[in-house]
Amino acid sequence: MLELALDARRGSFHLQVECRFAADWTVIFGPSGSGKTTLLRLLGGLDTPPRRGQDRARILLEDRLVTDSAAGIAIKPGPRVWQRRTTLVSQQPALFPHLGVAANVAYGLPWLGGDAEQKEAVDAALEVVGAGSLANRRPRDLSGGEAQRVALARALAPRPRLLLLDEPFSALDGAASDALLIRLRSWVEQHNVQTVLATHDATDALALAAEVALLHEGRLAALGPAAEVLAAERQRLLQRLS
Amino acid sequence: MDWQALALTLKLATVTTAILLAVAVPLAAWLVLGRGRWLAAVEALAALPLVLPPTVLGFFLLVLLGPRTAFGRGITALLGHPLAFSFSGLVVGSVIYSFPFAVQPLVAGFAAVEPGIVDAARMLGASQFRVLTTMLIPLARRSLIAAAVLSFLHTMGEFGVVLMLGGDIPGATRTLSIVLYNQVENFDYAAANRTAAILLASSAIALAAIYLGGRPRGGRRA
Repeated sequence: MLELALDARRGSFHLQVECRFAADWTVIFGPSGSGKTTLLRLLGGLDTPPRRGQDRARILLEDRLVTDSAAGIAIKPGPRVWQRRTTLVSQQPALFPHLGVAANVAYGLPWLGGDAEQKEAVDAALEVVGAGSLANRRPRDLSGGEAQRVALARALAPRPRLLLLDEPFSALDGAASDALLIRLRSWVEQHNVQTVLATHDATDALALAAEVALLHEGRLAALGPAAEVLAAERQRLLQRLS
Repeated sequence: MDWQALALTLKLATVTTAILLAVAVPLAAWLVLGRGRWLAAVEALAALPLVLPPTVLGFFLLVLLGPRTAFGRGITALLGHPLAFSFSGLVVGSVIYSFPFAVQPLVAGFAAVEPGIVDAARMLGASQFRVLTTMLIPLARRSLIAAAVLSFLHTMGEFGVVLMLGGDIPGATRTLSIVLYNQVENFDYAAANRTAAILLASSAIALAAIYLGGRPRGGRRA
C-alpha cells in the first residue's frame, strides 16, 4: 500500500497528485512531460522538497511515513530496512562503467556474510531478467537491451519492498519486453514486492492488466483498472490494428 | 646545488599536497553533491587565493599568525613557538595558496560524472561517502591526478607567500625559489640556471604525467 500527496514545481511544470496505490502493480500512464519521472523520483526519495519551500510531499509506504516535508521527514533512498526499502530502474540504465556486470548487480546488496552468498544473490537476480550469461561482461560491451536487463537485476537483487520502474524496457523489442514483463511479474508476486511502472506505452499497461494511474500535465486524471482507465487508448490501438 | 633547499621544497610540496587532497576531495564532493545557497559562496571563497596576490596573502598570514593577534598568540602558546618563520607556517601558507589548484579540477571532474550514475548509487543505498569513494573518485581519477600534480607543482614554485611568511632560513624555510632569487641577486647566473632547470624539469615531467597517465589508450574518446 502506497499513499502519496505531492505538490512539486519544476520550472513552469507543476505536479499535483494525491492518491493511494493499493494494487501490487500500478502503472502510471501518461505522455512525455506529464510528470511520471518527477513522481517516481519523489517516491524513491531522490528528490525531497525542502522543509521551508513551496513544494510539499507526504508519502506513506505500508503505513510507514517515508517522506513528510512539513515535518522534515525524509527517509534516505535505498533498499535496506533503515532506508526506504525502495529501488528504481530509470530509462537510462546508468550502469557503473568501471565495474563489471556482477559487481554492478552486487552494489546494492548488504554484506551477506560471504562471497558465495553474494554471488548466489547476483546470479539469481541476473537469471530472473534472462541475463545469466552476462555476469562476467563489462557494461561497455552490452547492447542497450542487455544493459536495461542488468539495471533491472541490480534493482531486484537487494529485494526491495517497493520497485519503481521508469520506462525500463524502452530498448527492448516488443516480444522481449513482454517475456521480461511476465518473468518480472512472477518474481514480484513471489517476493511480495509492490511495483510502480511508469510508461507512455499503452500496450505495457494493458498487457499487465494492472491498476492504472492516468497522469496528464502533472494532474491525476483517472485511477482504476487498466480496462476502464485506458478504454479510449485500447480503442485507438484496436483501430490502428484493423 | 643547494640540496637542503631541494629536500625542503620537496617535503613542503609533499606535505601540502597530502593535506590539500585530504581537505579538497570531500569539499569538492560536497560542492557537487550538496545543495543550498551557501555552496556558491564556499566555492567563491575556495577560489579566492587564485586572484589574491601571493605577497598580500603572505602578509595577511604573517599578521594573523604573529604576536599582534589573539589567534597568533593562541597558536604560539599551543605550539610553544610562533608559526611565522617556521616550516609549519609555510605549510599553512602553501595549503591556502594552492587551495584552488586542488579544488577546481576536482569539482570539474566530479561534476562531469553522469548524474544518473550518482542517482543509481544513491538509490541502491550508497551514502555520500560511498558515492565519493566508489563512484566519483574512480570515475574522476584523471582530475584527482591533475589536482595532486598541480598542487605539488604550484607549491614547489611558490615564492611570494614563502618569502613573506617564512623569510629565508636555511633548512627551515629556504625553498628552491628563494635560492634562485638569492642566486640571481648575487649575479651567480650559472647556479641560478641549474636551480631554474630543476624547477622547470620537475614541472615538465609532472605535467607530462598528467596528460599521458590519464589518457585512455586509443585516443581521448576511446
